Amino acid sequence: MRLGTYAENTWCPGCGNFGILTAIKNAINDLVLEGIPKEKFVIASGIGCHAKIVDYVNVNSFYSIHGRVPPTLTGMKLANKDLITIGFAGDGDIYDEGISHLIHAAKRNTDITMIIHDNSVFALTTGQFTATSPKGFKGKSTPFGSIESPINPMKLMLVSGATFVARGYAGKPEHLKELIKKAVKHRGFSFVEVLQPCVVFNNTYEIYNKKVYDLNAEGHDISNFEAAMKKADEWKQRIPIGTFYETQAQVFEDHY
Amino acid sequence: MNTITIGGKAGDGIKAAGKLFANILSELGYYVFVLDDYPSLITGGHNFNKISFDKKPIFSHYKETDVLVALDKKAIDRHKKELKKNGIIIYDSNSINLYGKNTIGVPAQDFVKEISGIKIMRNVALLGVLSYVVGIDFDVVKKVLKKIYPKAADKNIAIAEKGYNFAKGKVKQILKLKRVGKPKELMTGNTAIAYGAVKSGLDNYIAYPMTPATSILHYLAKNADKFGIKVIHPENEISVINMALGSAYAGAKTMIGTSGGGFALMNEALSLAGMSETPIVIAEIQRPGPSTGVPTYTSQADLNFVLNAGHGEFPKIVVAPGTNEQAFYKSAEALYLAWKYQVPVIILGDKHLSESLRTIEINDKRAKKAKGKFSKGGLNYKRYTLTKDGISPIAFPGMKNTVVKSSSYEHDEFGITTEEPKQIKAMQEKRMRKIKLMEKEIEKLESVKVYGKGKKVIVTWGSSIGAVLETAKYLKNVKIVQILYMLPFPKKSVEKHLKGAKKIVCVEANATGQLANLIKLHTGIGIKNKILKYDSREFEPIELLKELKRWLK
Repeated sequence: MRLGTYAENTWCPGCGNFGILTAIKNAINDLVLEGIPKEKFVIASGIGCHAKIVDYVNVNSFYSIHGRVPPTLTGMKLANKDLITIGFAGDGDIYDEGISHLIHAAKRNTDITMIIHDNSVFALTTGQFTATSPKGFKGKSTPFGSIESPINPMKLMLVSGATFVARGYAGKPEHLKELIKKAVKHRGFSFVEVLQPCVVFNNTYEIYNKKVYDLNAEGHDISNFEAAMKKADEWKQRIPIGTFYETQAQVFEDHY
Repeated sequence: MNTITIGGKAGDGIKAAGKLFANILSELGYYVFVLDDYPSLITGGHNFNKISFDKKPIFSHYKETDVLVALDKKAIDRHKKELKKNGIIIYDSNSINLYGKNTIGVPAQDFVKEISGIKIMRNVALLGVLSYVVGIDFDVVKKVLKKIYPKAADKNIAIAEKGYNFAKGKVKQILKLKRVGKPKELMTGNTAIAYGAVKSGLDNYIAYPMTPATSILHYLAKNADKFGIKVIHPENEISVINMALGSAYAGAKTMIGTSGGGFALMNEALSLAGMSETPIVIAEIQRPGPSTGVPTYTSQADLNFVLNAGHGEFPKIVVAPGTNEQAFYKSAEALYLAWKYQVPVIILGDKHLSESLRTIEINDKRAKKAKGKFSKGGLNYKRYTLTKDGISPIAFPGMKNTVVKSSSYEHDEFGITTEEPKQIKAMQEKRMRKIKLMEKEIEKLESVKVYGKGKKVIVTWGSSIGAVLETAKYLKNVKIVQILYMLPFPKKSVEKHLKGAKKIVCVEANATGQLANLIKLHTGIGIKNKILKYDSREFEPIELLKELKRWLK
């Protein structure tokens, strides 16, 4: 199935977004082959480099505004429970501008999937620090280094009640595809944080290639909340990717 | 026309008493208007209700009072001067020391204790006395208590009866209120707005609490199952409007509600509704600003704000109902217009319209149904097809072989981002083409309502029409022009009705004469005479009449 569109791709060559685009297209393809009608998929994005993804995938889409994808998708589910709703957001988009929406979507356990393109930088506005930029990050708004410590999105989502919490890496699109499929199939709020290098403002390919490992291949217990919280702290020596945590809880829309 | 004032602290059941007595009067067939005046606090302070009623339609409360029912001393201090000559004060003698002519001390607290009721039921004891004083048959009181308090009817009836019998034979009746017609129905403006939307085909209502819009949320949440709708209260107003846009994109007729501050937060997504051409109805119920302002009181100062809300240029509609009936029909019309033109429609209400309980006479079947230019979709479907009238047939996600792409970004017909000047121009023109049609349709709808004839014209809008209509009962040869649609502005109708006027005065509740300025902008007709009120309180007929008479000289 051809999932591309005629839209010209305007991401920088080598951008981490390409890996995410490949993963989502392949995931949708697989899921359609497994029997989900293509017309049930709706994707939505916020504002930033990530947001262009809706133009590049030929399924229903809503190009929303900065930070507001979770409520947009929640509204769609209220109107039509059968839709498969997948949202994309950037780190600046959802950990800065729209963080309250992300937390409340997790708390509600609405049946949507959020995929976060986390390159730890505002890229489309030409390089400023975001909520996940490391302390000391030198961006155009913090020329002498950011004085703020980053937030930990994995922990944030775990304590907010997300029922599916995972991390992928844009440099491993096949692994990411499988994660997205799991996230979509999960009933409830699914969160997939994606490590995404930005070749122009924050090139992290080398570090991630060296440090990233699949925690599910090392016997991590995805039903153990404490273990997930511990894994969420692991960063300096090795960076875990895969499913951190999954549990079942009543889905928001099912109350209606 | 008569008026009862009931006053006491928040927590004394003032609003409940007002509602109860309004229901008793409605049962007898009277037209009723209840002003609910309360400060922003939960217990204490001073709340009062003014219940004005008549055999003929009544459009406002009056300050002058026949009977004052006082649950605390402050109520007497505040409202004594509003009593008519020989007006009567009924008060709780267990908590107030008062002696004098035309006062009836009632040991309301004792009555409550004797029936082992709760303290708030003092209001019912005093209403029992009031009902006797105005000559209402106790059976009517009993019937209404059963209807209003189905679970606690017995105790309430027993306490009311104690009050009623206490007064019987002891005090003289100042009125004899008998049945004057068929029982009437009561609603607040907010209920009418909510009900109108439901009758138009509402699917989802989404809102974050903000006075004075909150009662729409409460009413619809309580009745969600009955109406077959979903009611959601998300984390903030930004979430509210974005959720609503997602909901409408997926095919559900959706309304949201807030006041000025919440609407300010929604502005970014209002513009998104404009760009993505997503139908949405927003009830903006005004209270005095700027900022927090005066949360529980009334104002008409957000007119300019809503007219100019949202960055960029896009078609939108603003309608400002002034009576309960208009609130109902215009709300249905708002949903109809939103879906027909795929634009945001703002219902501009205000506290005085929205929270005053009053008689409503509507026909559910006359509510305009929301429908749209729907598409069956298909492989060649384009969400933003360039059409002659500017309206692109709308399809929804989930339709077979159809891809529906909506966007906040400027886009081509399919919905893909564009930065090409030609396409941008074509798309902007497509959206703006809808304005022509909207203008035509709005001139056909009731966009301006005219009452009476004369060369002297009073122009007004929103809830201010209530007091203005009451003044007309005392004035001769005066024409009243109420403007209902603010955008698109019904230029032709307004011109027609103002042309040839010898004198024009504009009555509105703001400090700058926003409607007068709007009329000047669209018609060139300047209105020098303005009666403006910006002390957060609504117009009162007799006070307004004094000002009008000065102007009419």
